[in-house]
Amino acid sequence: MAEIAEIDDTQAKIKEFLSRFFKNHDLQPSEDIFSLGFVNSLLAMQLVAFVEKEFGLTVEDEDLDLDNFRSIDAISALIARKGGTSAAA
Amino acid sequence: MNLDLTPEQRAARERFRAFANERIVPFADAWDREEAIPRELIGELAERGWLGSLLPAEVGGAGLDRITYGLLIEEIGRACSSTRSLLTVHDMVGHALRRWGKPEVKERHLRALARGERLGALALSEPNVGSDAASIETQAAEDGENFVLSGRKKWTTFGQIADLFLVFAKVAGQPAAFLVERDTPGLSVVPIHRMHGTRAAMLAELHLEECRVPRASMLGRPGFGISHVAATALELGRYSVAWGSVGILQACLEASQKYAAERVQFGAPLAEHPLIRALLAEMIANVRAGRLLCLRAGFLQERSDPAAFAETMVAKYFCSVAAAKGASDAVQIQGANGCAPDSPVARYLRDSKVMEIIEGSTQIQQLAIPRFDFPEF
Repeated sequence: MAEIAEIDDTQAKIKEFLSRFFKNHDLQPSEDIFSLGFVNSLLAMQLVAFVEKEFGLTVEDEDLDLDNFRSIDAISALIARKGGTSAAA
Repeated sequence: MNLDLTPEQRAARERFRAFANERIVPFADAWDREEAIPRELIGELAERGWLGSLLPAEVGGAGLDRITYGLLIEEIGRACSSTRSLLTVHDMVGHALRRWGKPEVKERHLRALARGERLGALALSEPNVGSDAASIETQAAEDGENFVLSGRKKWTTFGQIADLFLVFAKVAGQPAAFLVERDTPGLSVVPIHRMHGTRAAMLAELHLEECRVPRASMLGRPGFGISHVAATALELGRYSVAWGSVGILQACLEASQKYAAERVQFGAPLAEHPLIRALLAEMIANVRAGRLLCLRAGFLQERSDPAAFAETMVAKYFCSVAAAKGASDAVQIQGANGCAPDSPVARYLRDSKVMEIIEGSTQIQQLAIPRFDFPEF
């Protein structure tokens, strides 16, 4: 149960961050953010900075795969794989 | 909220200022005329740790915090925008390499960049590509353990003397970034002369004719060359250009205050004429506002806040526009004297125009800024 709660917390934080860029749109966990139009070089590095700062990990060369950043689900899976911990916890 | 510099930051600013006043200000107009800065100056900057100054001590850098770095850029930029542009592009390359370089390439070059022993330069723009960076035409073809680069790069600041080029090219249609050494066979460097501004920045065109580089020289992966590697370099570049613009504006203000105090027309110093005072007031307000925006951006960068990205963009936009306006007014205040050969304010005006173009033009910033959400302080 604790693990599920942590994933939910991670997803909520990612959603909150992305919501700044997708105003008036209720982003779903599996929704492809690249299909929504805003994702370009302006968001790309901010997303990396957010993931690193918020979850205390380093996005590395081998993590540079669009599929790792495609959706809230994908980003939270990347964070889980890299052993990220919520900075707020 | 505390907007005061620390005692260490103040002391560092005094060192930067003293060096700029002694070693750069008296010679900047001559360098502008000669279209080059001396090697001796580059050696002095390297000796002080001011080339690659953001890189951490463990790789040989000065490990400056972002605020102290900004103070360095302002002071060098106040003295000579061409010299400031060396720091900007060299630091952009070091920053991108540290962030996205393969371990063996970092091992080979990062320490030399951090010590200023090798100079880095950015090769992004092309004859047909400026703002629309994703449309680069330079190609990188995979060939076993190598990539073979072919194409042309233009407006590479300090390309005439750089040792390492961060070259952006497409791999099967996907943008990628490569660190290319100057002596790579097939790479030729053609100087560009008589630029409008930052004339001593030793610009060059790069011709890449089947330049073979090892696979490991790629930073990041294909598809991420612009969105992540160039974006990493450009974020620092925008910050540096913002502070450099504050430096130009400060130089304009000091020159204008001095001239307005000494020049007498209609029986009174210019500084007593209301219309001149209005120009001075605007310059004072803009330089102070610009510096605050830069400090705010630096503060957010220091704590790795994702909001730093948009705040830095605002700082670059405001400061470069304010520098161009301030430099135009500084020339206006000096009249014909401001247009004379070797007039420092004429140089500031030419150099300030460049600030509105590089690292994202004013119009690119205007398109991007309204798309961000700006959190409250």
